[in-house]
Amino acid sequence: MSQINVRVDGVAYTDDVEPRTLLVHYLREQLGKVGTVIGCDTSNCGACTVHLDGAAVKSCTVLAVQADGGEVTTIEGLAQDGALHPMQKAFHEMHGLQCGFCTPGMIMASVDLLRENPNPSETEIREGIEGNLCRCTGYQNIVRAVQQAAGEMAGSASAREEVR
Amino acid sequence: MTAVEHRPANPAATSADRPIGFGRIQRKEDPRFVRGKGRYVDDIVLPGMLHGAILRSPVAHARLVSVDTTEALAHPKVHAVITGRDLEGLNLAWAPTLSADVQAVLATDKVRFQGQEVAFVVAEDRYAARDALELIDVEYEELPPVIDARRALDPGAPVIRDDLAGRTDNHVFDWEAGDAAETDAVFAAAEVVVAQEVVYPRVHPAPMETCGALADYDPVDGTLTLYETTQAPHAHRTLFAMVAGIPEHKIRVISPDIGGGFGNKVGIYPGYILAVVGSIVTGRPVKWMEDRSENLMSTSFARDYIMRGEIAATREGRILAVRTHVLADHGAFNATAQPTKYPAGFFSIFTGSYDLQAAHCAVTGVYTNKAPGGVAYACSFRVTEAVYLVERMVDVLAAELGMDPAELRLRNFIRPEQFPYRNKTGWEYDSGDYEPAMRKALEMAGYDELRREQAEKRARGELMGIGVSFFTETVGAGPRKHMDILGLGMNDGAEVRVHPTGKAVVRLSVQTQGQGHETTFAQILAEELGIPPEDIDVVHGDTDRTPFGLGTYGSRSTPVSGGAVALAARKVRDKARAIAAAMLETRPEDLEWEKGRWYVQGDPSAGRTIAEIALGAHGTVALPEGVDGNLDAEVTYDPPNLTFPFGAYVCVVDVDRGTGKVRVRRFVAVDDCGTRINPMIIEGQVHGGLADGVGMALMEFIGFDEQGNCLGGSFMDYLIPTAMEVPDWETGHTVTPSPHHPIGAKGIGESATVGSPPAVVNAVVDALAPLGVRHMDMPCTPARVWAAMQGRATPPI
Repeated sequence: MSQINVRVDGVAYTDDVEPRTLLVHYLREQLGKVGTVIGCDTSNCGACTVHLDGAAVKSCTVLAVQADGGEVTTIEGLAQDGALHPMQKAFHEMHGLQCGFCTPGMIMASVDLLRENPNPSETEIREGIEGNLCRCTGYQNIVRAVQQAAGEMAGSASAREEVR
Repeated sequence: MTAVEHRPANPAATSADRPIGFGRIQRKEDPRFVRGKGRYVDDIVLPGMLHGAILRSPVAHARLVSVDTTEALAHPKVHAVITGRDLEGLNLAWAPTLSADVQAVLATDKVRFQGQEVAFVVAEDRYAARDALELIDVEYEELPPVIDARRALDPGAPVIRDDLAGRTDNHVFDWEAGDAAETDAVFAAAEVVVAQEVVYPRVHPAPMETCGALADYDPVDGTLTLYETTQAPHAHRTLFAMVAGIPEHKIRVISPDIGGGFGNKVGIYPGYILAVVGSIVTGRPVKWMEDRSENLMSTSFARDYIMRGEIAATREGRILAVRTHVLADHGAFNATAQPTKYPAGFFSIFTGSYDLQAAHCAVTGVYTNKAPGGVAYACSFRVTEAVYLVERMVDVLAAELGMDPAELRLRNFIRPEQFPYRNKTGWEYDSGDYEPAMRKALEMAGYDELRREQAEKRARGELMGIGVSFFTETVGAGPRKHMDILGLGMNDGAEVRVHPTGKAVVRLSVQTQGQGHETTFAQILAEELGIPPEDIDVVHGDTDRTPFGLGTYGSRSTPVSGGAVALAARKVRDKARAIAAAMLETRPEDLEWEKGRWYVQGDPSAGRTIAEIALGAHGTVALPEGVDGNLDAEVTYDPPNLTFPFGAYVCVVDVDRGTGKVRVRRFVAVDDCGTRINPMIIEGQVHGGLADGVGMALMEFIGFDEQGNCLGGSFMDYLIPTAMEVPDWETGHTVTPSPHHPIGAKGIGESATVGSPPAVVNAVVDALAPLGVRHMDMPCTPARVWAAMQGRATPPI
């Protein structure tokens, strides 16, 4: 067993984990953060995508001990004060989800995509979510959702600039 | 943005400013899913819960010599190790399948496919359970496998199912439809006959969430609670009662949120049964959740039809007849999910959208050393195969005649005045107006301009293809007179209850796996009763809380359960009329209905809303003779026929001459599913199905080597489309309601998966036509397209 200190969705945890424990299992089974799900065993599907120290990672491909000292954000930590993140809102409004199973990872990957490229083209969005598989939507409404969120986030970013 | 279809305001209705009923409303399901607050099977944790894991066969065909569990049992975290021998003692080593065959739960005598279940470990956590799998020592005596279905019936072929008494070959069934003699006569006299072998390869539905179960057996009161990834919770409960001997009223099956089903989650898998056995043996809840590789290798595959098609026509392009013989590879156990009387599903709809003089099909099913399945992945019971066959054959004919494939289809459509139309294999198509849908798709695509562009590109040596398909689906099984699954008639129930304050609950026997039932079934009730969808709760997936019915697959929810909900709502409305008449001190026949309200004819201001009536029904209003209190109703709907949605698809591809890589540049899909409950959700269903079609046509393939090793057993090699492989979909629609359905609605969910693969392959073949290619089988991977371009044999993947 190894002891890790990690902040998850803004809360500090100190836990003992086996060195082989995958981050996704630590989140799901030790912390009860079951919003992050598992869709494959070969790191292809991206359903388990979370943010580790601000960047998207597939949490099935990270050991929990590697997150020691780090900051993890899951889908459950994305809404602030009950208000949906613009990406969550856009997935709802653009019908970017059906069964909802890829949705947590897809949203986390998309948020990371806009962090790196706030104004992506359609092709850049498709490339940006290439690591996330979806079986229900045929991707089109997901692309639309990311476009809407990008527009909304750019709007609020410029609004913040003006306040400054 | 609120994408709501507003209806004209009605001054007399109290809720006139709110959207009610059909239209583009956003989903009630989304708020929990976008927050990570869905509840899927693996999210559920019970006190004392243990984890199960399955040891699987590494070989395709072998005698099981011994299974030594000593070391695994000695593992400190292991609670039980169950083998086939243990199950034999409980009479559970074999379980009935949905095709009246049996399937091994754990192997006892032989293993019959790679990935087959051999032993089950129950341990403290999932890591320990997997550790213990490696401590089980199994001795196999390998046998020659049967992999190629074409060799399965060879004299001397190894007999896979020697467990079945008297079984000396690998033959499963023969089945036919249509009139062979009449068809042969038409072919004999025809001016033009073309033939082509068309293979629909083995693929897998691969839902993002794999299959799993959490079994909780309470030995004190003898109840079993079973959380499962099931599309048919009630049918599962009944089958568990039959198989496990637990009385049905002591079994509660709960299908929580399901991360996609696509037909993968219809049948009962050994893992579900093993979770139950594990819980009974250990006295604690046991969860079993398979990995992706297990899902791909052992759960229901789809397709695997080797079809020899023939089409007869006049030189002018009048299609006269279609005939086909199919070799169906069913794997080691016949576990295909379909109505009892239909061993090849609804394949006999292969006459398609055309007015034929004759048709005949014969299907032969065989066993091979592969995982069981066949009916899955949005196939509507083999309609994918049927549509693929006829739509490829029409293109083969068009090439032979030198005719435009769109024009050839237009010339042969069943005409609108011919509906209801009885085809040559006995189906009665309910309604259709095919030409406007086809013309619309061609117009959206700019078909004539595309052909001009293609001609220019061909002149430059570039490979551009345009593929057309036009399909007729058959969904909504079905009339109980003809259709049952293991004796259970294919009907569905609905219960509607309007609470005293006018809010409502509707309970369904079907089970959504993402298709939006919580939203659209509220919309049906809203349309019928005028109660806003947000005031309606849709309950599904819990056999203790919902009426009996057969579940969601075959796009049957709207045709069957949708009919049940509409009729239950109308019973409520009729009862509300009697109560409203009592409240207004008038006769029921003097009342008129407008959405949400009964009012007195000629005096629109005198009326009672459904909420006022609900309060009256639960209150002290003096009820009329024969009317009891409360405002609720239930219906079991036996549909008179299936529904026959249709669609016209156009696909444009570019093929790289140097590499054989196919790029789908455009895809136009015009669908007609009759009355549209929620266009936003329909479009999403179509988008998903089109991606399936592109995936199957270009990428997806479960192959096997000669030893029976599965070559598509993980997402490393079973390739499904990412956002990069699919285009922006262009969708359109026409509306031809189903005359027999209570709201005129037809199913839609599987249409795009059914209709799109032939459009893509037709486009690829069209692109390769200048190189002399007349047909190629899916998947059209770069290597296979490149081989076809060289006139070489198709490589396996």
